[in-house]
Amino acid sequence: MATLRADFTLPLRTFELELALEVDRTVALVGPSGAGKTSVLRAISGLACPPRGRIALDGDVWLDSDRRLFRRPDERRVGLVFQEYALFPHFTVRQNVAYAGKDRADEYLERFRIAHLADARPTSLSGGERQRVALARALARGPGVILLDEPLSALDAHTKGTVRAELQELLRELALPVILVTHDFEDAAALADHVGVIVGGRLRQLAAPHELVDRPADAFVASFTGANLLRGKARPVDDDITLVQLETGELVYSTDRGEGDVGVVVYPWEVSIGRLRHEDSAMNLIQGEIRSVAAVGNRVRVRVGPITAEVTALSAEKLELARGGTAFATFKATGTRLVPLG
Amino acid sequence: MRRILLALLYFLGAAVTLAFLALPLLAIFVHVSPGRLVDQLSNPVVTDALIVSLKTTLIAQALILLFGTPTAYLLASRRFPGRAACITLVELPLVLPPAVAGIGLLAAFGRFGLLGSTLGLAGITLPFTQAAVTIAVAFVASPLYIRQAIAAFEAIDPDLVAASRTLGAGPARTFFRIVLPMARGGLAAGEALAFARGLGEFGATIMFAGSLQHVTQTLPLAIYAEFEVNFDVTLAISALLVLISAALLLSLKLTLLWQPSEQTSRSRFALSSWS
Repeated sequence: MATLRADFTLPLRTFELELALEVDRTVALVGPSGAGKTSVLRAISGLACPPRGRIALDGDVWLDSDRRLFRRPDERRVGLVFQEYALFPHFTVRQNVAYAGKDRADEYLERFRIAHLADARPTSLSGGERQRVALARALARGPGVILLDEPLSALDAHTKGTVRAELQELLRELALPVILVTHDFEDAAALADHVGVIVGGRLRQLAAPHELVDRPADAFVASFTGANLLRGKARPVDDDITLVQLETGELVYSTDRGEGDVGVVVYPWEVSIGRLRHEDSAMNLIQGEIRSVAAVGNRVRVRVGPITAEVTALSAEKLELARGGTAFATFKATGTRLVPLG
Repeated sequence: MRRILLALLYFLGAAVTLAFLALPLLAIFVHVSPGRLVDQLSNPVVTDALIVSLKTTLIAQALILLFGTPTAYLLASRRFPGRAACITLVELPLVLPPAVAGIGLLAAFGRFGLLGSTLGLAGITLPFTQAAVTIAVAFVASPLYIRQAIAAFEAIDPDLVAASRTLGAGPARTFFRIVLPMARGGLAAGEALAFARGLGEFGATIMFAGSLQHVTQTLPLAIYAEFEVNFDVTLAISALLVLISAALLLSLKLTLLWQPSEQTSRSRFALSSWS
């Protein structure tokens, strides 16, 4: 399996993108918009020229600032799929694919189940069809690396699930280094072996999705993975327990160590909801008003005071959870992580 | 009551405006019988002027396309210091009085001009030749094309150009297969406008090239020259020019109508100020 190695700095409008990355399977870069994610893809594909750095696919060097070597985009074996797909509107679907590779166009039309659309114009296609054309076109070139810019963001929620599953399978089959960019942690975790959280042009943490959830490096990574982030001041009670006074006043115990300003990270599925105060082994209890109740698939997200919990639809019904009522959120001290704020 | 009065005012305004614009055009055709107009077209003054006009305009258009297209693409796709100044320079002939353009061309290419004296040493004399007509036409007509071409190139989604490059196409293939076909509606529109402007060129031509029948006398110059000699001839030429202009405008509107909407939407806006 080939390995893409990229290590470069690229000045952007308000900050400098600085990245060192080694990719042999699928890496997802996640982060807020404007974090420099797309610029990573532009630099690797040769659409942007980092003044310092080195980019190589195994022995094939695409950029080496020390040797003043810069290969143009058409000289790099990349398959870049643009966020809005960038299909040529004056070409048919077949012409779009054939533009990248004449000989294999029909093979890819078949493979992506778009042969019946071969003579259609891109403007007449649905979002899911457009994406298949864009993927077929990118692969028809015979790339050594696949770069996907927000592959699911141009799709409606209904199509997204199907396309995500298809994409998952495709990436597995291809066995190529893949970098995909998304602002959605869930998409990243579903599609990639490793997820890199990028903020302000810097990679905050690069790890397997479950590791990001278990051991977020900082407050931003934690909130990005969907965790509750409660700000507060920590002081050690003894060797095993830290007490955090939250900004909202509540007290929270954690088995993590920390002192001073910290973020308490707790995942929604670690939080239980009750209508009555009752004693159990969970050391943390937050009483508050139910601010929102929202169904997410077969689960229900309930926000109580500053914290969001995830419960089954059945228990939400049983507890008669509704906006405005009072509830108790409980979670174990062992279910919390303390991270530096930033 | 007030609403009826207002509607009447609108109607009156529109009627006066349209009549005012249509009347001179109509007058050309009704002043003498159509038969006499057609007869006058075989007058050697008219045929000579038509040939000079077509020849010089066509050569000028070829030059405008050849040099204007890369210029427009450069100005549309690159950001560099002095770009705004370049665009202003390109647009300047649009607002320049034609007589000033003629004087400028004489001062540059005339016998004692900036470049003219050097050209003279090489045995080339430009003023009062057909080459001078072509230069005058190219000078006044090129901004119309270049302006329109810049708008057409700028309207192309930069992602499409980037996509072409990452799909293995070099800059040349990208330009001819992606950029040019996508801009063609806007380019054709600009070309039609430049053609119409070139065909009607008068001021700069008469200053820089004179009005010699069979050599530099174009259709508009022939109208002026024949004005006191044979009014019917001037009417015939005028009628011819009205028809050519109308045909150009119509074909321009049709090319824009046939354009798929996502391609030149922006250049269509740019055009509205000219058509």
